[in-house]
Amino acid sequence: MTDYIIRNGFVYDPVLGINGDIMDVAVRDGKIVDAGDLTKATEIDASGMTVMAGGVDIHAHVAGPKVNVGRNFRPEDKLFRGVAGSGVKRMEAGFSVPTVIRTGYLYARMGFGFAMEAAMPPLYARHTHEEMVDTPIIDQGALPVFGNNWFVLEYIKENEVENTAAYIAWLLAQTKGYGVKCVNPGGTESWGWGMNCETVDDVVPYFDVTPRQIVDGLIAANEMLGLPHCMHVHGNSLGEPGNYGVTLDTLKIAEGHKPNNEFGRESVLHHTHLQFHCYGGESYASKSFESKSKEVMDYVNSTDNITFDLGVVTLDETTTMTADGPFEFHLSHMNNLKWANTDVELETAAGIVPFIYNPKTFIAGAQWAIGLELGLMVKDPMKAYITTDAPNAGPLMRYPRVYKWLMSAKAREDMLDNTLKYGDSIRDRCYIGELDREISLYELAMMTRAGPAKTLGLSHMFGSLKAGLEGDIAVYPYNPESDTDDPEKIEYAFGNCNTLLKGGELIIKEGEVVSNGKQKRTFWVNAKTNENPVVERDISEKFKRYYTVTQNNYTVEGHHYLPNPYVIEVDATK
Amino acid sequence: MAKITLTPTKIPTLRLEAENISPDIFAGKSKEEIAQLHVFVGKESQALGDYFEIAGETGSTAADTTIVINGDVSRVKYIGMKMTAGEVVINGDADMYVGAWMTGGKINANGSVDAFSGLGMTGGELTIKGNAGNYLGAAYRGDWRGMQGGTIRVSGNAGSDIGTFMRGGTIIIGGNVDVHVGTHMEGGTIIVQGDAKSRVGGQMVKGDIYVFGDIEVMMPGFQYRKDVDIEVDGTEGSFALYEGDMGERHGKKKGETIYGKLYMKY
Repeated sequence: MTDYIIRNGFVYDPVLGINGDIMDVAVRDGKIVDAGDLTKATEIDASGMTVMAGGVDIHAHVAGPKVNVGRNFRPEDKLFRGVAGSGVKRMEAGFSVPTVIRTGYLYARMGFGFAMEAAMPPLYARHTHEEMVDTPIIDQGALPVFGNNWFVLEYIKENEVENTAAYIAWLLAQTKGYGVKCVNPGGTESWGWGMNCETVDDVVPYFDVTPRQIVDGLIAANEMLGLPHCMHVHGNSLGEPGNYGVTLDTLKIAEGHKPNNEFGRESVLHHTHLQFHCYGGESYASKSFESKSKEVMDYVNSTDNITFDLGVVTLDETTTMTADGPFEFHLSHMNNLKWANTDVELETAAGIVPFIYNPKTFIAGAQWAIGLELGLMVKDPMKAYITTDAPNAGPLMRYPRVYKWLMSAKAREDMLDNTLKYGDSIRDRCYIGELDREISLYELAMMTRAGPAKTLGLSHMFGSLKAGLEGDIAVYPYNPESDTDDPEKIEYAFGNCNTLLKGGELIIKEGEVVSNGKQKRTFWVNAKTNENPVVERDISEKFKRYYTVTQNNYTVEGHHYLPNPYVIEVDATK
Repeated sequence: MAKITLTPTKIPTLRLEAENISPDIFAGKSKEEIAQLHVFVGKESQALGDYFEIAGETGSTAADTTIVINGDVSRVKYIGMKMTAGEVVINGDADMYVGAWMTGGKINANGSVDAFSGLGMTGGELTIKGNAGNYLGAAYRGDWRGMQGGTIRVSGNAGSDIGTFMRGGTIIIGGNVDVHVGTHMEGGTIIVQGDAKSRVGGQMVKGDIYVFGDIEVMMPGFQYRKDVDIEVDGTEGSFALYEGDMGERHGKKKGETIYGKLYMKY
């Protein structure tokens, strides 16, 4: 394997405390080494450019049945947006629901090395893995959804944390999943009865359990197992005006839980796309709707066991997709566009609706503001990760644009003054106008690699340039000394990295993709638990009585679906 | 106005994808440069000059350029796609997507055109002397934004699914149309001077459809309101006004519900 030394870049690594020092970074046999240890290596000149560890995405919808339904029912998303293959590059297409090939290339161009698929319906795990295997370059993992799963609802109702944990461990092994995702806890199951859970204390029909119990039980089970990632929640009442109270109630469930893991993770609850959950007021009209980001962030800043990602609205035409089935149903009745929906037997449901975040409307501008406010109000950037909940709040390819808005008050002012039609009322109803903070490159490195790697329990592999970590290094054509004059340079640089090394392999050379990656891995977590005859009996019974498939057709067989797995072993037998 | 003439010299084995045949792309180019423009034949890129003899000259802008195609281009797609100004005259039959997504200028097709012509167009004039295929002035597959402006006039008949998701502009058919007219229509006008088969205005929210001849099977979601005497495209007459589609959502304006309007001539 070729060794590389990246010379003279401005290096940012919050884990090592390196803040823009000009230095060399080296890779040998796929791993980062001290630059002084290398004698013979291919040199890459990074002078005048920014060097960071490969990015880590904690939450994006980039593989699986939902994404694929989005692709199938939005052929117009690909119209005039295809690029023919050339050289090693394969054809890529699509905007909000890109092909797997474009997904891999987009991540590579943005300097990412790892992405977590945010919602995997267990029954369709095979499809999710097939797509991940076909997504080039980046390493991936997927979070199975648990928040409306019949086993979980039944165990939690009886307060059986141990059984919940045993079931989670079993399901992770069956689906080759990475951690515990919980979408609209209880609400999606309630929707099967024509209802929803709008607060954390609404009772799920038949199962007689509340979102509060579900979140609490899943956190407890997650920590009992000691999984690398914490419980990853998408709270109730997403997108509803006045939902911030529900969000605070959800976050407060983390109180009293302590992280228990061997991966250096400090968080017990990750709240995803928090932007959608910080709304005040009673309607979407400018006279009623208001940002409650401050109220939520005051709480988050006072805790030490909660992390979140932003979910910034990028003001594009996009495709929303979530396992929050009832939400998508409401959305389709708001914009009258097409709607696809699916019920996944005992496990979950999902909906898909195209959506236009129109900068000419008050509400889209206010949503844009709230997402940024969260990133600008956080005291410790290691807790706040930059996402667009791709593609829900905005397409994946817009990450660099979000960086621009976070890093430049001028860019935000320009949006409020020139692009957003209701800039003044957005200043009035949100906090955006009062915030002059500009995220630094050091903080950006926390919010896009060091932080997410830590919360995913992957800081021993990603997120830093420490010797021994994976050789994931991105060089961005951004000079922190001379390129500060124009915020557009931020957006360009972070979407077009000059060099990307993934696991020590040269993927992008001088801005061009030169390899599709030879060692793409799928991460999953194998948690060993003690034998649990109750859970084994329940599983066997549910498959006999309810599932349309047998257990043999449910298991994701590793050798076929994960040709190159990376297994994280966890021992929860103690 | 400068005129440039394309004469087909051979019939392509596969259909040509010739979105470069547009005044916007031709403007300011020499005959030699135009001959070098690409056409796709399947997955292969070839030169326009391989299939056409090119004579005459172009104007400096699209508005100053007229493209005349003399001959059969019934295996050539995308003529005049996305054009903004100028003129295209087709003396022969053309394949699919004539004038698709055009925003301005004129296309005069003196023969017939195949499906998806005038797809998603937002302005300009598309005149067809012969017949038009299916999905005339409709939306691209999956899209909810069909024809939004401009005029399509067909002297002959049109196929099925014309004006699907239409939001504005006018489609006038001199002859008959096949099934599905103005499905999901949210604005604009469709005038059918001959007969229509069935499913006229299905899931229509807004807009006007006029049928001078018969509708073989009427949609159940339309309700008769009253008789009106009006002039439609130069024809005066008495029409029965129906409103619908009652199965679809409808907006309100000044407290009144707005329906799609279907006029049938007596």
